[in-house]
Amino acid sequence: MAVPYIHMIQVEGLTKRYARHIAVDNISFSVDKGEIVGFLGPNGAGKTTTMRVLTCFMPPSDGTATVAGYDVFKKPMEVKKRIGYLPEAPPVYPEMSVGAYLAFVGRLKGMTGPDLKRRVDEVSERCAVADVRNRLISKLSKGYRQRVGLAQAIIHNPEVLILDEPTSGLDPKQINETRELIKNLAGEHTIILSTHILPEVEAICQKIVIINKGHIVATDSVENLTHRMRGSDAISLELETDGIAGQSDVQQRLESLSGVSKVLFKHATDHKLTFEVESLPGHSARADVARSVVNAGWNLFEMKSLSYSLEEVFLQLTGGMPDGGQQ
Amino acid sequence: MRNVWTICRRELYSYFVSPIAWVLLTVFAFLGGYFTYAASAFFVKDSLQSQMMGQSMPMNLNDRIIVPVLSNVAVIALFLLPLLAMRLFAEEKRQGTIELLVTSPVHDLEIILGKWLSAVLMYGALLLLILADFSFLFVYGNPDWKPVALGFVGLFLQGASILALCTFISTLTKNQIVAAAIGFALALILFVLSWATAFDSSGVAQVLSYISIVSHFDSFSRGVLDSKDFIFYLSMIFFGLFLTARSLESMRWRA
Repeated sequence: MAVPYIHMIQVEGLTKRYARHIAVDNISFSVDKGEIVGFLGPNGAGKTTTMRVLTCFMPPSDGTATVAGYDVFKKPMEVKKRIGYLPEAPPVYPEMSVGAYLAFVGRLKGMTGPDLKRRVDEVSERCAVADVRNRLISKLSKGYRQRVGLAQAIIHNPEVLILDEPTSGLDPKQINETRELIKNLAGEHTIILSTHILPEVEAICQKIVIINKGHIVATDSVENLTHRMRGSDAISLELETDGIAGQSDVQQRLESLSGVSKVLFKHATDHKLTFEVESLPGHSARADVARSVVNAGWNLFEMKSLSYSLEEVFLQLTGGMPDGGQQ
Repeated sequence: MRNVWTICRRELYSYFVSPIAWVLLTVFAFLGGYFTYAASAFFVKDSLQSQMMGQSMPMNLNDRIIVPVLSNVAVIALFLLPLLAMRLFAEEKRQGTIELLVTSPVHDLEIILGKWLSAVLMYGALLLLILADFSFLFVYGNPDWKPVALGFVGLFLQGASILALCTFISTLTKNQIVAAAIGFALALILFVLSWATAFDSSGVAQVLSYISIVSHFDSFSRGVLDSKDFIFYLSMIFFGLFLTARSLESMRWRA
């Protein structure tokens, strides 16, 4: 039955037009099996629209999207069978109990009998809602509701999970729990999650797609993206001199090293001096710097790699930072 | 078909955990009981009177009790049914659960049929209350059962077609009250259209009168099975559900 496919999710030239504006404009990306991809962008960037197209909630205006080789427009039933979806607001019926609700969703997804019962038990255990199975959903806290929403999404053990802002509106403890849960789901499922919370992507995802105003502005792994933004290797250096050499001496010595392009004095606390050392493109001067400091008889306290935080990358790419960062 | 039943079952569950089912059951039990009681009381009074006057007028349970009660119930049902159908889609849209339904591997038609069927079954339960009232007539008298059965078939079909139209109305809004109000207005229009021929017998009036949902019920309540009326109700149901399907589809394109 299964059709051959290369990527679990393949989006090509996807466009979604509304009467007055274009929500998503000609975007393309792909997600491999087992990956967790973060869909990142400010509010209104087109994240939810893209997800709704992938879940066959709405058809695309242009372009194609395939899930496990099936086109969302031509073979929606096949796609729907393979997708678990958690919309931004968990789609729960407040008047139902958790157990009855999960059983209902299971039946909707085509499960029956003992299989259904077993899966309801499993997912309520997994999403930590087993203790509230007989409670009405209307009586549950937001965190529990969100977990019921997640349980609902994975009940038929779908190949692909699509989670729209799975941690929005939760308190920090619940956010952590939800993230752990999502990380645990990785591997068995291919996951796309959207968020505008940056640490979340850093914490969970292997790959990010940054989307802004309907366009994809970057697609890469978290490390590559932050690295790429910086361009060359930069380190922050904290050291203590012997008391004789001053700040300018240190600076001169470091600048004389080959492979170092720039040395910036940052600040001094007590006897410790902090510098920012940038290597020439394509070089890494870290080893030379360390050796040079130690050879001069100074104490090296700290040396750490400087990279843009994802936050800076994000703001730069989505135009939130007018001067384009430090580059 | 299994999906239709899954969705229908959940709807029935929601009816019975919300006050709506109980309120309607109470209203129907009360009104149906009162109509039957009042009609029976008149019947008894009239038969006593005709006895005392020494005339033996032919008096018939079917004509004097069952037909008027069924006609009254038909009108009441017309106005209470929007309450049954108002939440079907409006509530799903408000809660966002519509996203769950349309992203699940079920066809739109299965969703629509499941929801409509649940409302129709609820309505069937309401009609059972009326049937319970009539059971006394069968215990103490011997009315002809065939027109009664046909009357219920007519009531059922009339309700099912109103519910189909109201299901469609429910897809148009997120607000149950709005859905109920529009449904109520529609029911009222369909009701008063039957008056059109009273003062005008032009072709237009004839057509309007034909569209009126209640005018087709009369023949049923008198125990006449006219295929024309039968087909009218079936096409009304089809029309309502067809509009619902189109509306659901357009909602996705616009969403």
